[in-house]
Amino acid sequence: MTKARTFSEISTLRERNALAVKEAKEKGRRVVGTYCLYSPAEMVVAAGAIPVMLCGTSQNPVPAAEKVLPRNLCPLIKSSYGFAVTDTCPYFHFADLLIAETTCDGKKKMYELLGEMKPLHLMQLPQVQDDAALSYWTGEMVRLKRRMEEDFSVEITDDRLREAISLVNDERRSLKEFQDVCKYNPSPISGMDMLTVLHNRGFTVDKREAIELVDRLTAELREMAEFGVSPFTPSTPRILLSGVPVGIGSDKVVRLIEECGGSVVCFESCGAYKKVEPVEETGDPLAALADRYLRIPCSCMSPNQGRLSLVEQLVREFRADGVVDLTWQGCHTYNIESFSLKKHVQGTAEVPFLQIETDYSESDTEQLKVRIEAFLEMINRAKRTG
Amino acid sequence: MISVGIDIGSTATKAVVFDGRIIGKAMEITGWDPKEAGYRAFRGALDIAGITEDRVGPIVGTGYGRISLPILTGKVTEISCHARGAHHLHPGTRTVIDIGGQDCKVISLSDDGSVSDFIMNDKCAAGTGRFLQVMAGILDATLDELGALAAGGEPVPLSSMCTVFAESEVIGLLARGTGKENIAAGIIDTIARRIQGLAGRVPFLETVTFTGGTAQNPHICRIIAERLGTRLHVPLEPQFVGALGAALIGWED
Ligand code: SF4
Ligand code: SF4
Repeated sequence: MTKARTFSEISTLRERNALAVKEAKEKGRRVVGTYCLYSPAEMVVAAGAIPVMLCGTSQNPVPAAEKVLPRNLCPLIKSSYGFAVTDTCPYFHFADLLIAETTCDGKKKMYELLGEMKPLHLMQLPQVQDDAALSYWTGEMVRLKRRMEEDFSVEITDDRLREAISLVNDERRSLKEFQDVCKYNPSPISGMDMLTVLHNRGFTVDKREAIELVDRLTAELREMAEFGVSPFTPSTPRILLSGVPVGIGSDKVVRLIEECGGSVVCFESCGAYKKVEPVEETGDPLAALADRYLRIPCSCMSPNQGRLSLVEQLVREFRADGVVDLTWQGCHTYNIESFSLKKHVQGTAEVPFLQIETDYSESDTEQLKVRIEAFLEMINRAKRTG
Repeated sequence: MISVGIDIGSTATKAVVFDGRIIGKAMEITGWDPKEAGYRAFRGALDIAGITEDRVGPIVGTGYGRISLPILTGKVTEISCHARGAHHLHPGTRTVIDIGGQDCKVISLSDDGSVSDFIMNDKCAAGTGRFLQVMAGILDATLDELGALAAGGEPVPLSSMCTVFAESEVIGLLARGTGKENIAAGIIDTIARRIQGLAGRVPFLETVTFTGGTAQNPHICRIIAERLGTRLHVPLEPQFVGALGAALIGWED
């Protein structure tokens, strides 16, 4: 399989940059850890600090977490907590401040425990997307700004915020263009490789470096696509993966879909397409941030019509042949919402839909394979009979 | 052309020889060596058909043991095979219920017979052939006897669908002197409720065809049909539907 040149450079960022973060810290830079898409990276950038994503995507620290947390809790929460309590994530280790939000119940309560290990700022996230919620959430943006100003003895001016917004918007543009190369049929990059890039590109001290790398990769991939270079064929079933956050380590379902003969062409999830919508660059920067972040279509919102529309739109844009909705065990919000999403997808986009509920362990691999293979057989047959 | 379908399930391995109609079939216990069981069923079915191996074209495998058989020319999941086999035997089939040894599934079919949706329970033994076997064992009965017992009983509600807990619940009921008939009826009702739960999550249209070895038991069929409020079409030898589907898929491609 031919890979784009820049791919390996990005896929090793996470390992290489732990050292860079350490050095930056020694020179006085602050590090801020986040766990969720609702954390405004712009605020961290405007404070001159380095934002790092700490969301746990590995099974390794789960057993340690289960000494404290219930076993039937979402693996993402257990993994995130496990990394902290075992001190095995360098990025957590270097973090000076954690930003957290009241999203789902599990995370909210887990943050109480994290707060005993590190300074933690909790943002009270409303769970509805209306005007009253927006004004409340704008207040939360102000509170976050003050906290960072106090903790880091800096002033976050509107100008610095605007600069940060424009930088993070450029990152979004770059990420969107990268993911959009999968609109080619066949896609020039596998879903596993795309996930590797989405996961690792965030671990940079300087966002500009990551933007430049991803842009370079996108250009290479476009060229490959123009020449028809792809790990797939035009008849490979194209799968849209919706649902909970996924990363390297929690990539089991992505891997299985591609091992069974599918191609994951789009991730609707948090590190991927849920992220790409830009922040308004005119007007009051705090209000613009509040507006953009409150609109994130996470299942902890009620109602959450935005997600149904987003998935519908992505099925069309990426010409997906089927939707796989991945939900972590113990995640009530995504598991319940799967029912509405299925109805919506079958009713509007009219493509097959498969929900997979699983965790980070490998124990159900064989059973999952049967389901995924059957799902792909179903799609293949529909494609043949057209 | 002659095709063979081999369905290597967790309990039984089935083979069907097809040349436009079924000309041979055989069943073997899977045991600890699914590969060997696959060969035996394959040769057994060929013997009955009176055909030598060199005349066979496609050999399609299905079931959990399909990975282990080198003679296969193709592999297809149980879902597609049960749908294909059921649609062949009952062309009006829009829903297939299959109770296998270690899973159970409900499959929805489009009117042309292709799979449009499916749901599976494979996380635990609840609602599977394995569950019935364990429960029959506690009542000191065979699977057939369990069905016959249930026919004469009023179902006692079992609160647990999990094999481990249901086991101790049943032992408790026996100790308290509850009639075996009523317990047996309760056990089968548990399976029916489980299927009902799955069936509610996919389009459930008539005609409903019931496949897998458990469907051989008329009492179990009746109780499930009553729960679902529908008629169940049971093929003559429901345990061969998956292997037949595999043979058909090989024959068509
Ligand atoms: S799924 Fe929701 S809670 Fe989880 S990271 Fe995304 S926005 Fe945050
Ligand atoms: S996957 Fe669900 S339960 Fe887990 S952290 Fe996200 S919203 Fe919470």
